[in-house]
Amino acid sequence: MTPLLDIQGLSASYGRAQVLFDISLQLHPGEVVALIGRNGAGKTTTLKAILGLVIARAERLAFKGQSIAGLPTYRIARLGLGYVAEDRRIFTDLTVEENLEVGRQAQRAGRSPWSRERLFGLFPNLAEMRGRRGSQMSGGEQQMLAIARTLMGNPDAILLDEPSEGIAPVIVQAMAEVIRAMKAEGVAVLLSEQNWAFAAAIGDRACVIERGTIRFAGPMADFLADEALRAETLGV
Amino acid sequence: MDLSFVAIQALNGLASASSLFITACGLTLVFGVTRIVNFAHGSLYMVGAFTAATLVPWMLELWFGPVSFWLGIVISALIVGLLGVVIEVLLLRRIYGAPELFQLLATFGIVLVLQDLVVQIFGPQDILGPRAPGLRAPVEILGRRFPSYELVLIAAGPAVLAAVWFVLRKTRFGTLIRAATQDREMVAALGVNQALLFTGTLFLGAFLAGLGGALQIPRVAANTGMDLSIIAECFVVTVVGGMGSVPGAFLAALIIGQLQAFGILIFPKSTLVVVFLLMAVVLAIRPYGFFGRPEILGGTHAVGIASRKPMARGTLLATIGIVLLACLPLIGDPYLLKVATEILVFALFAFSLQLLIGVGGLVSFGHAAFFGLGAYGSALTVKWLGAPMEAAFPAGLLLAALGAALIGAFVVRLSGIYLAMMTLAAAQILYAIAFQWVEVTGGDNGIVGVWPSNWVAGRSAYYLLTLALTVITVLFLKKIIESPFGYALRAARDSEPRAEAIGIAVRQQRWLAFILAGAGAGIAGSLYAFSRGSVDPSLLGIPTSVDALTMLLLGGIQTIAGPLAGSAVLHILRDQIMPLTSLWRLFLGLSIIGMVLVFPRGLVGTIRQWGEDRA
Repeated sequence: MTPLLDIQGLSASYGRAQVLFDISLQLHPGEVVALIGRNGAGKTTTLKAILGLVIARAERLAFKGQSIAGLPTYRIARLGLGYVAEDRRIFTDLTVEENLEVGRQAQRAGRSPWSRERLFGLFPNLAEMRGRRGSQMSGGEQQMLAIARTLMGNPDAILLDEPSEGIAPVIVQAMAEVIRAMKAEGVAVLLSEQNWAFAAAIGDRACVIERGTIRFAGPMADFLADEALRAETLGV
Repeated sequence: MDLSFVAIQALNGLASASSLFITACGLTLVFGVTRIVNFAHGSLYMVGAFTAATLVPWMLELWFGPVSFWLGIVISALIVGLLGVVIEVLLLRRIYGAPELFQLLATFGIVLVLQDLVVQIFGPQDILGPRAPGLRAPVEILGRRFPSYELVLIAAGPAVLAAVWFVLRKTRFGTLIRAATQDREMVAALGVNQALLFTGTLFLGAFLAGLGGALQIPRVAANTGMDLSIIAECFVVTVVGGMGSVPGAFLAALIIGQLQAFGILIFPKSTLVVVFLLMAVVLAIRPYGFFGRPEILGGTHAVGIASRKPMARGTLLATIGIVLLACLPLIGDPYLLKVATEILVFALFAFSLQLLIGVGGLVSFGHAAFFGLGAYGSALTVKWLGAPMEAAFPAGLLLAALGAALIGAFVVRLSGIYLAMMTLAAAQILYAIAFQWVEVTGGDNGIVGVWPSNWVAGRSAYYLLTLALTVITVLFLKKIIESPFGYALRAARDSEPRAEAIGIAVRQQRWLAFILAGAGAGIAGSLYAFSRGSVDPSLLGIPTSVDALTMLLLGGIQTIAGPLAGSAVLHILRDQIMPLTSLWRLFLGLSIIGMVLVFPRGLVGTIRQWGEDRA
């Protein structure tokens, strides 16, 4: 099976400091891959490099078999690659409904489109605050809105950057449910996480990144079995 | 002052507020999305006025009636909107990431280009448009006659506000614009084509500028000076209202309209002084205007002066250079000496600006204010006190330093684009004072008979005096740039919070830099006044400020010698090319745009970039 997202030999630098070294990873349709690593390991940079938000070089950077290297970010997004940023980046001046409107894109063939109403079904608390401005929402609510907003673009895959960061444990549970629901809809997820337990609960496969290189890639069960790897790369 | 008079003045204020808002609203919208302060916005206004003043009479020929009139106004605005699209696609699109200094200069390049093009297309004369059919008779309000066209204008402002509100709040385009105002990158990551969004915004902004200009034609004759006068007013409105805020612009325009209408009673000559006071008060309380927010600032600032190893034998080379310059009178060509004197004067002027921009990161767009204050300070002392040159020089310096202290006192609270716009507005106000206060300043004619004392009356002697003063001032400022004070300024330039965190009183240091730079420019202004024997308001004008900036840009803002070289290059270019063409401004404007496009990071920044790419 050809991967949905195929990354080979990805490197990126900020100025003279190289932060990613020869990253390779694949995301297949409908699967959840967890990119696990400590703070500063290169998770966010990897996701941003895929979308062209940081300048990067790659031997191969392809989505649905089409090279996306060097494409403008909006073209990559329109191919069906969604992005939920680490700090959520809600438009705080805009209401919930307006935030969703910004994310709206035309539906893709062979997939039932996400509508506002369908999303409100998945995120019932957002339905109750349609007219509320982003600035008046809690962190967890903003995180839900950020995901819903990206789903409005009817993506085939989502790059989800640290969804569990800085939100209440009960919301983290809800977040796991949301990711499973997305998976059930056939949306592939590349999840960046430092909370490995959370990642393990929802990920099919794990990629461990440390200092800008991939240290491990394999089924989640293998990652869970390898305590030495966890101790070395995550300090747990 | 009876009630009916107050009512009429208030209505007059509302009418000018409406016109101002319609234009300023476009500027603030464009800034909100693109983060570029479009200097050419006033030029678009002017093009709107000229287009309408030409098109509407023609349409009324075809079919006389209100429909032709208003259709002509709207078509003119649409034409200007398309011009905005052309500007976006050809230029702005390429400089979204450039430092704000370059953005401002590039859009000023458009101002120059459009000035010459307007004269080429519409001719040099003012054109008064026709009055609107059906609105020719005045209406009577409380027993006084009031032009009915003004009533339409009063309604037009709120109508535009409502329309813009509808577009921003109720359409997808508006939602995207508001989202992009906040986070452009995220909007792109959600699949929105920013290029299209920006082009659309420019169309809307330019359309509003054109509409603002076109609506003026029955009131004011379209003239070639209206671009810079409206842009200064628009800057005031957008800064007071808060950059990027449409309701803020509306509120600011309303207040300024009333202040102007009633300010006439207090300062019959210069209502701008009242506006200036308002601006000072508002910004003292709210540094980002009524509805502005600190995070909505302009782009990055240009790379400035950095530490470098002193050049081997640098002192020797500089000494040889000065000696060679001092030997110039031996050639004995009076024209050469005149040009050399002017180059030195402008080198000093540009160098004093270098202290603000290169060292302090303070993009001042009104440095002519201090140059002009120096010149006027000297000239006024000569004219009114009969003082000799020796007394007039310190007077000029003092006036410039005082002006810089006053203007600096509240612009140092600002940063980035706000500072650039405020310094420009301050210089424009001084320009207006010099222009309008005829009894004291001689108005447009200026002051003549400002001649140097006998001992430096000869060209050679005056040249040597200029050289001596320039060298002394430059060495003094260079010493300051390389002192702890200079380092503190650079630290604040590179990171204001970090500089504050290590105990640098950023505002005081910047204020001091303003005073020093102002004094330096003041010396240059005094020297210039005595070299020409006269002063006039153009010394305070925007083109003079931009000359200094262009010299900096030409020479490179990263080096101490940059402004000196830039002054020489610009002067020689101008001397060589100006006699050859009547389109000097077009040429200069295109050159500035070219420089910004080829070296968007500045000369040294570009070279550094090459180095990094290769590494």
